[in-house]
Amino acid sequence: MPTIVIPPLRRLLQRWGVHPDSHKYPAAGLDIEDAGLPDMLRLPLSQHVGAPAKVIVEVGERVLRGQLIASTGGKISAPLHAPTSGTIVAIDEAVVPHPAALTDVAIHLRPDGLDEWIPLKSELYPINLSEREISDRVEDAGIVGMGGASFPSAVKLSLGHRSKVTTLMLNGSECEPYLSCDDRLMQENAHAIIEGARLILKATGATRVLAGIEDNKPEAILAMKLAAKPFPEVHIVKIPSRYPMGADRQLIKMLTGIEAPADGRAADVGVLVHNVGTAYAVYRALRYGEPLTERVVTVAGGAVSAPRNLRVRLGTPMAYLFERCGGLRVPPARVVSGGPMMGIGVQNLDTPVVKGTSGVLALAAAEVGEREASACIRCGSCVEACPVGLLPLEMAARIHANALGEAEEIGLDDCLTCGACGFICPSRIPLVQYFQHAKGELASRSREQKRLDTIKELTEAKAARIEREAREKAEIHARRKAERERAQAAEAAAKAARAAEKETEA
Amino acid sequence: MNSPISTALPSVAASPHAKEFSSVSTVMLKVMLALAPATLCGFWYFGWPAISLWLLTVASALAGEAACLVLMKKLVRPALLDGSALLTGWLLAMSLPPWAPWWIGVVGGLFATVVGKQAFGGLGCNLFNPAMVARVALLVSFPVVMTAWVGPSGQSASPGLVESLSITFGGSIPDAYTSATLLGQAKTELSRGVTLLQTFAQGLPVSFSGQRPGSMGETGIVLLAAGGLALLAMRIISWHIPLAMLLGIAIPALIGHAVNPARYLDAGAHLLSGAAVLGAFFIATDYVTSPSSRAGQLVFGAGCGFLTWVIRSYGGYPEGVAFAVLLMNALAPAIDRLCQPRIYGRDWRGNPIKLNKEK
Repeated sequence: MPTIVIPPLRRLLQRWGVHPDSHKYPAAGLDIEDAGLPDMLRLPLSQHVGAPAKVIVEVGERVLRGQLIASTGGKISAPLHAPTSGTIVAIDEAVVPHPAALTDVAIHLRPDGLDEWIPLKSELYPINLSEREISDRVEDAGIVGMGGASFPSAVKLSLGHRSKVTTLMLNGSECEPYLSCDDRLMQENAHAIIEGARLILKATGATRVLAGIEDNKPEAILAMKLAAKPFPEVHIVKIPSRYPMGADRQLIKMLTGIEAPADGRAADVGVLVHNVGTAYAVYRALRYGEPLTERVVTVAGGAVSAPRNLRVRLGTPMAYLFERCGGLRVPPARVVSGGPMMGIGVQNLDTPVVKGTSGVLALAAAEVGEREASACIRCGSCVEACPVGLLPLEMAARIHANALGEAEEIGLDDCLTCGACGFICPSRIPLVQYFQHAKGELASRSREQKRLDTIKELTEAKAARIEREAREKAEIHARRKAERERAQAAEAAAKAARAAEKETEA
Repeated sequence: MNSPISTALPSVAASPHAKEFSSVSTVMLKVMLALAPATLCGFWYFGWPAISLWLLTVASALAGEAACLVLMKKLVRPALLDGSALLTGWLLAMSLPPWAPWWIGVVGGLFATVVGKQAFGGLGCNLFNPAMVARVALLVSFPVVMTAWVGPSGQSASPGLVESLSITFGGSIPDAYTSATLLGQAKTELSRGVTLLQTFAQGLPVSFSGQRPGSMGETGIVLLAAGGLALLAMRIISWHIPLAMLLGIAIPALIGHAVNPARYLDAGAHLLSGAAVLGAFFIATDYVTSPSSRAGQLVFGAGCGFLTWVIRSYGGYPEGVAFAVLLMNALAPAIDRLCQPRIYGRDWRGNPIKLNKEK
């Protein structure tokens, strides 16, 4: 396995990003522990990008762990399985991790404590399965991107087929502060991750694996290197620690020096990016036939008594995880589902862990660093931090002046809302909030415009139809009138002829 | 569980949920720290008159800021505590003749924050560097007072406290003290038809210790440069503006001096005199009035440097940093527009990059 090293010049030329305090310890130094079973699991039907899953169970039904409880809801969607054995007690609205604290339909499952599996179909050598079979089984297992994006993995695999993917990138950067679930997973399950990556490799027809791991995780790098040793196609690459290194396009640029076009996908440059957690889930699904029913979650933050990584059943409420980690030492200033940079602030501790939940954080006031925003001093920190090369301060100024169109012209669409700018801003301007607001507003405006266009089209069509009908009516009328006149004229002529005839006769 | 989890969690706020420690006031504080050694050195060189002028200038700048905030019914305390008005007054004081009369400091300080900053809308909204606006206003309004320089106490006996107060508040500098700056001397002599070779036959009166006539921002060159390097090390400023500005002065100076040493000062004299170092590290780097992209900063810095050299060499005034910075301030928005960074996945024009293999 030849070692791939990031050329120093590439590191030097790519100067974007910020260096937040990592806060990875103590959780990163402790083994992953099983979280156990809470009293109730709430499983939202939309735990992935795309159409929500369709419920196929009924209230009162007993289900086993791994049993399908909601099937794929469309082309881009993922099925959902029971995380443990128990009874479906309700299919009802429940809080979900959502930035606006919205609720969504969820299956409420009361565990019976037996944790009884459905019969599983294990495969001793899953690598011998066909491409098609691998892809199908990944789809059936309900696997989605475990890094937080939650894009259905099987859809991504089939994407690889269409766009001639040559490189599979394993994202082990885990650039968000506090989070160490991928770090622990790589340390404890490196073999499974590498096997999973090889399975994805086979399914996509790519020829090499590049696993990018930030240099602040030396143990994970070592474990992955050892596990990858027998496979010449798998390369473990140390990448600089900075945020947002785990954004797929930024990772691609750092690992290969190639930029994906702004209007295309990573697959356009022959790259497919999967999280290490996804590779692990793929391995479990193919080797042991296990659908996705649990994931590793980092429970951390200054308000948590004993931060730790836990193996958590999907649907577990956050409150249960905090209790499992010794409770909260102080009232949290903010509770976050996900990482502190891009995670979702939650208001209700019943909010469940979903497939994309990498962390559950209770942050103390000092960590959040919240303060009243002050005027922009144009220091340019945000410009330097932006991984995309945008001018966040200029975009925010335009959005503030309600010139959303101008903000779009200078690159709002390219913004990842990664939060590097908002993190670094000395004036504490809520830049991400501006951008999210503007993106939402522009999206609803374009929807409105589309609606208006449709209405206009319909109105025009109606007007045209009425005009056409009137014209047709007039034509028919005219034709009939002409016919009538012709008939009258003919009759008159006939009459005259008859009169003339009579005269001659007389 | 140590404490019951309150059900009333804080209201939802947008990401990111963690922030950098720094704030506007910590940034300003670090700049002041970097400026402090050179200022203390200036106090030591120029004695009591310089200290009282500095105090008056800073106090007036703060008073001007506070008065405007009160008039506009804005909160006074947080704005004063951010340190920006204090720093403006401080930088202005560094650029004044240290023995200037009291009203120069008062008028300058008030002008800087009232006209230079608050009239534009306060912190972050001003187009021009407020300290330089005030300095230029004073220079064109009171050219005699603003060019009455004295040598540091190393060269002449330092005045006592009473004499100092009469210098600051009485309004006249005893003739025994006055002398010209290097740039002033060069300009005066050249205009009289005396070549630089004749004027500085005994060698140029430049030294790194700064023992020569000039403003406080002109004399403690080594300490100013050290403060500037400290700002670079603390990542308060980046190297782009200072380096570009110093090169913008040095390169034309080198060429000019090589072509005609009797007419043009050498690069060393240019860099070590006037406000070149103060300007490069502390004035041109003002966040508000300089471009925010790195490429723009290089253009801006080079422009400041080149214009400084042009004004010094051909203009009516011996020193040109303030004019150069103001001229480039006016261009900063245009530079920002033209020097936008390239967006990921797009070419310099903003179109998505094309892949080699066409589909």
